[in-house]
Amino acid sequence: MLELSINGQTRQVDAEGDTPLLWVLRDNLGMTGTKYGCGIAQCGACTVLVDGTATRACVTPAESVVGAKVVTIEAVERDPVGAKVVEAWVSRQVAQCGYCQSGQVMAATALLQQTPKPTDEDIAGAMTNLCRCGTYNAIAAAVRQAATA
Amino acid sequence: MDGMINPGTEDFLGTPLSDVTIPEAGVANLSRRGLFGVGAGALLLGVMVKARPARAQGEGLAAAAPRPGTQVAAFLEFHPDGKVRLLSPFVEGGQGIATAMAQIVGEELDVDPAQFIVDCAPPGADYLVVNGRRLTGGSLSVRSSYATMRQLGATARNLIVRAAAARLDVPEAELTTEPGKVVHKASSRTVPYAELVEAALKLQPSEVAALRDPATFRWIGKPVPRIDIRDKSTGRAQYAIDLQVENMLQGAVTHAPRLGQEPGALANEAEVRAMPGVHSVHKLPGAVAVLADRWWRARKAVEALQVTWADAPNPNALPADFSSAGMLATLRAEKGAGAPAEENGDLAAAFAGAAKTIEAEYDAPYIAHAQLEPPSAAARFNVDGTLDLWVPNQAPEMFQATAARMAGLEPGKVKVHSPILGGFFGRHFLYEAAAPYPQAIALAKAVNRPVKVLWTREEEFLRDGYRPMGFVRFKGAVGADGMPVALQAAAIGEGPIGRYFTQSQPVDSSMVEGIAGKPYAIAAKRVDCVKVKQPTIISFWRSVGHSMNDFFYESFLDELATAGGKDPFEMRLAMLGDKPRQATLLREVAALSGGWKRGPFEVDGIRRARGVAMASPFGSEVATIAEVSITGGEIRVHDLWIAIDPGRAVNPAIIEAQVQSAAAIGLSSSLLEEITYDAGVPQQRNYDTYPILPLARMPRIHVKVVESGAALGGVGEPGVPGVPPAVANAVAALTGQRIRSLPLSKARLGSS
Repeated sequence: MLELSINGQTRQVDAEGDTPLLWVLRDNLGMTGTKYGCGIAQCGACTVLVDGTATRACVTPAESVVGAKVVTIEAVERDPVGAKVVEAWVSRQVAQCGYCQSGQVMAATALLQQTPKPTDEDIAGAMTNLCRCGTYNAIAAAVRQAATA
Repeated sequence: MDGMINPGTEDFLGTPLSDVTIPEAGVANLSRRGLFGVGAGALLLGVMVKARPARAQGEGLAAAAPRPGTQVAAFLEFHPDGKVRLLSPFVEGGQGIATAMAQIVGEELDVDPAQFIVDCAPPGADYLVVNGRRLTGGSLSVRSSYATMRQLGATARNLIVRAAAARLDVPEAELTTEPGKVVHKASSRTVPYAELVEAALKLQPSEVAALRDPATFRWIGKPVPRIDIRDKSTGRAQYAIDLQVENMLQGAVTHAPRLGQEPGALANEAEVRAMPGVHSVHKLPGAVAVLADRWWRARKAVEALQVTWADAPNPNALPADFSSAGMLATLRAEKGAGAPAEENGDLAAAFAGAAKTIEAEYDAPYIAHAQLEPPSAAARFNVDGTLDLWVPNQAPEMFQATAARMAGLEPGKVKVHSPILGGFFGRHFLYEAAAPYPQAIALAKAVNRPVKVLWTREEEFLRDGYRPMGFVRFKGAVGADGMPVALQAAAIGEGPIGRYFTQSQPVDSSMVEGIAGKPYAIAAKRVDCVKVKQPTIISFWRSVGHSMNDFFYESFLDELATAGGKDPFEMRLAMLGDKPRQATLLREVAALSGGWKRGPFEVDGIRRARGVAMASPFGSEVATIAEVSITGGEIRVHDLWIAIDPGRAVNPAIIEAQVQSAAAIGLSSSLLEEITYDAGVPQQRNYDTYPILPLARMPRIHVKVVESGAALGGVGEPGVPGVPPAVANAVAALTGQRIRSLPLSKARLGSS
């Protein structure tokens, strides 16, 4: 049994300690907003916040986040920065297929929590999540909009 | 043959069903085994398309069956809260079709698109609205169904108004509608649609319910917001991978490294069975599977399994010595003439009288779809003898038919659910051995429980059907005035239309689209299709043959411009003298970019140059200009200017988004993407070895939507084909170096 803090709640999880956080979220807890894309920290579809840092849950053993605060897309709007990011995502009509966008929103939230007024270079450096629909220009525009909201 | 042009994917997919020759052989005796193994898929795809309508309408009842797209009750549900659920013929995978359908139906029905819930409809004759069949592809959705779906909305509104007339006891002519309700102005009464639907559906529908005057459109033609945007921004959108079926087991698989091999001994099966959560271990055709209570446990177990893979007698197995380098050498060595796809003028005389003749060979690699959602499928056999199947797909009826054969059921017993797709780009048609749903069906049957199978990214890259390798040999000539006078091209290889639909025909349209039928005036030209079978599973990939053929052609056209001492933009414009639609578009894209300038020129001390290309894909016209520089040997694309003429625009915001998206994948394929085979095994298994375009390499993209008023063209794919040649032509303008092989990143470029 692992005891994890997910979106402000303490959750008991029956999983091996080396199970990636991604699969604890999706399979043990039924929180499917966080996506599986590559499993090797390349695409970022699984991005969550661990103590405020954008973290790729697919390569993060669940036991390594015991005692840390995990925030997922399901709770992002409870964070004032996250709420601004979501509104910017809606306003800029970012999503196409949408599959990567949970991770994009989480990565943008982490960026703006740490760097409220990012430069274009900051955005390019932080927003490394892949999007096969190529929504990158809308993503960058939404991050800039959220930064001024 | 004079003036003959063979159609491309566009014309093929737009062809009425009866005009298509479908191979029938080999289908009747398909065993379950045969379906799972390699070999039958090529035929299945085509046959299922043809078999579908008669069965869907009931044996012997075809004559009495309703015309697809006319039965209001099959499409629309009205909820008390004012929401309207539309069962759409099309699957949403990012292209915005759910919103477009809501706009089109809502406009005539008089319901705000924002009030719509759009789901992909189950298999059924009512939904065969794409020229008598059904698929989401070919950039066909809106243009094939626009009139039908408008009329459907109008028919529904007409029924509701008539029901209101009866209920309010007033003449129909005194009634109007406002979004979601019928209004009787004289008595200041209104009735919500939802209260009228039950009575409305008992009335005889009018075949000729009046359509709205387009001048009064409120939603069609407007940049209406996407209806799925908030769910997709908050993690609430549900994809196949997110499905949870009560009591289900989760399956993970390992496939044979080389297609056609079968699992032999499992050395440590007992140990694997004892791993945490493991339910059972299974051999499947070409794969092994582990079922467990959780997917990660299934994955760990299946990857721990020590499998001996053995060659098996299989006509479509990949040869053990198959390599992409060998395939390219085979294509290059093929010197046969093939069959003409386009022929015009006296080629021999034109070459004989030319001032200068050049030749060149171009090629493009196998590439993967690389959509972000890995494939999954869930199957559940029910006590009533039916099978529920949740499966990512672009063609529900085709999947229903093949699933039924695998499950040993009548097609009507298979309930296909088509979730939204986490990207598709051609990935989710029926390709042999390329989808997990046969495994889910077999495993659910074996264990008598619901099963969901999810492929890892590595298994997805291993079994994706790739875009075929492309190879074209060109010979062209310019006259004394420097203008092209002769062009000869041979497209050598295989395309998905030829493999899956038109095997018996000499020309595979997907091999020549983007080479045959180009709009430029050249006195003598000939394009040949030279079929050489490729042993891999090949597929449709966003914009199909155009995705590489326009690169080949438009690059070679620039080579001719260089040979004739012409500016490539001015030369194209001069060759479009009798093509006002394309000439207009070329001028539009030049204006969008601030006026044509090829360069090189300097920006902030760095040399840059521009390239131009045109394409005529999927009924639309596109003109593209790219601006590039080179730093440290790496191509950097700064801007893309793209003018698209889809005839008319249903949603200009979604068109712009689709052009941005298409340009991104086009650029990604230009610069980065390549699958290579060695010893029959693809070498790229994840995004680390198969990089796709990241945000840091995304250029600014400037889109102009030009509405010429021509027939509706496609939107999802046409932005792709102009990008690779525009970039390659810009690189040539900058460096003098002509790159004839994709991806461009393979080329060694000097810093300039």
